[in-house]
Amino acid sequence: MSDEPASTLLAGVAEHRVGEHLCKVLANAAVNADYRHLRLAAPPAALTARPGQFFHLLCPAGASGTPFLRRPMSVYEVNAAAGEIAFLYKVHGEGTRALATLRPGDVLDAAGPLGRGFTIDPAWHRILLVGRGVGLATLAPLAVVAAAQGIGVTALLSVRRPDLVMSVALLEAIGAEVHVVHDADGSSEVRAVERRLEQMIAAAPVDAVFTCGSARLLTLLQRFVAAHGLIGEVALEQQMACGLSMCFCCVRPFRVGDLVEHRRVCWEGPVFDLMEAMP
Amino acid sequence: MTDLSVTIGSLRLANPVMPASGTFSEALADAIDLDRLGALVAKTVMPEIRQGNALPRVAETPMGMLNSIGIPCKGPEAFIRDAIPAFKRFHPPFVASISAGTVTAFAHLARQVGEGGADVVEANISCPNLEADGHAFAVSAAATAHVTKALRAATDGPLWVKLSPNAPNIAEVALAAEAEGADAVVVANTILGMAIDIDHRRAKLGAGMGGLSGPAIKPIVLRMAYQCARALRIPVIGCGGIASAEDALEFLIAGCRAVQVGTATFRHPGAMIHILDDLDTWCRARGIERIDDLIGTLEPFEAPRLPPGEDLAAE
Repeated sequence: MSDEPASTLLAGVAEHRVGEHLCKVLANAAVNADYRHLRLAAPPAALTARPGQFFHLLCPAGASGTPFLRRPMSVYEVNAAAGEIAFLYKVHGEGTRALATLRPGDVLDAAGPLGRGFTIDPAWHRILLVGRGVGLATLAPLAVVAAAQGIGVTALLSVRRPDLVMSVALLEAIGAEVHVVHDADGSSEVRAVERRLEQMIAAAPVDAVFTCGSARLLTLLQRFVAAHGLIGEVALEQQMACGLSMCFCCVRPFRVGDLVEHRRVCWEGPVFDLMEAMP
Repeated sequence: MTDLSVTIGSLRLANPVMPASGTFSEALADAIDLDRLGALVAKTVMPEIRQGNALPRVAETPMGMLNSIGIPCKGPEAFIRDAIPAFKRFHPPFVASISAGTVTAFAHLARQVGEGGADVVEANISCPNLEADGHAFAVSAAATAHVTKALRAATDGPLWVKLSPNAPNIAEVALAAEAEGADAVVVANTILGMAIDIDHRRAKLGAGMGGLSGPAIKPIVLRMAYQCARALRIPVIGCGGIASAEDALEFLIAGCRAVQVGTATFRHPGAMIHILDDLDTWCRARGIERIDDLIGTLEPFEAPRLPPGEDLAAE
């Protein structure tokens, strides 16, 4: 356990699924030029977070003031034994720039866990994860939980540059078969990825496909899943206000038969059926 | 424990804190005990099924946010079948917020939700009036009188009318609602605003403009609530940027009988519970036994006096 237990703002949180947790920052270090790894001491209620779920983070004051709204961030690691949760994030806007200023010992208010996570069926033999950029941060905990249930994991990671690839060690440690493609040599091109995926599942068939981080890869995988009679899920992002289903700011369109339906990323998602999602 | 109960017309509320329409659903029960609230207020329902506005629907602003959600809605039948029973599982009175583009449709909807089990009908009259060139009912005293009269005839239950801060003279509009039988007015809705992404030279909201909420609007709405409370005999419910017990107390002292909390819940899901706890603590620390004793107790300023030694008149 971390030396100082994190506290929880909401009274009687044990009865409530969603807590507003005051978490002590353990580390917030740069992983590479774009990404940071934020580790927090978290109370037991926060440790129930499942792969694909998110926390709504109240950002501290940054260079341009305090962001008014919270920022949704999918959980990257849950270490129940150590009482820790972690996030992997790209610094690209006001909120993440503010998060990047957090130092060990600071306190971060994290509301959650929120949303619907990934489906994991213990009867599956192998799953395929296809992540682009920071989308990998959302898929990594799925790989860990699936592997712990004896499900094989094949992962394809797409990045802009080879030096930006993350979590290869984490994935290999749980026995995943890892393939990295990048923009520099053209291996991340849609056609090239499609050929690669065909080879990968020919060598080791999969039961389900999961993706996050790219509209192009989503379109490709919808084709791929349909062609191979597979099932799949996608984790999607959207700008949010409440994170709790109330405001209807974070809707996205979904295909349901011949109709287009709006669903809330915070509530019906952020994990959705792969075939119903619209890129 | 302070007696936090307040009376709004014929309705007794356990306390003066309730959510603002559009910032609340029964899903908040995942985070707080809804039975502690003074009332439960649902998102506005309209007569037709609506998808809502184009994205983006939210833009962050200094100490606040703009929204243009556009009232997505599954229609009155689904509301009565699914939403009302979901809210009625909890003890506080259930307030159905309704809106419509015409007076006839408004009145019909009031009757429907009243018969469907709503304890209170809150008329959101800030939506465009299709019979008046799209101007909101709430910007005109005459249109407000017209729609309130029809709503009063349609329902016997408590009727609250939610006013718009975009009205040129909100107290006049409030008086019109009172004259036609409203049991209370809610002051107020969001303030029309705009934000622009300068790099793309595009509005930050898909709908172009939207409603500003949050602490940024509190002083403006507090002033309006005060003006309405001074002018009206019926209760005023304050709503605009309330995020703390201190904010709620300002509205109560200004003359509001209750408050609605909206955007604050987005920053802190437990905001309403903290406000309730802190109201109790504040009152107990001052020996105030009933919150009702605080309502409308704004003291007039005495004639300004200069500090001793600088009193020029004494020379």
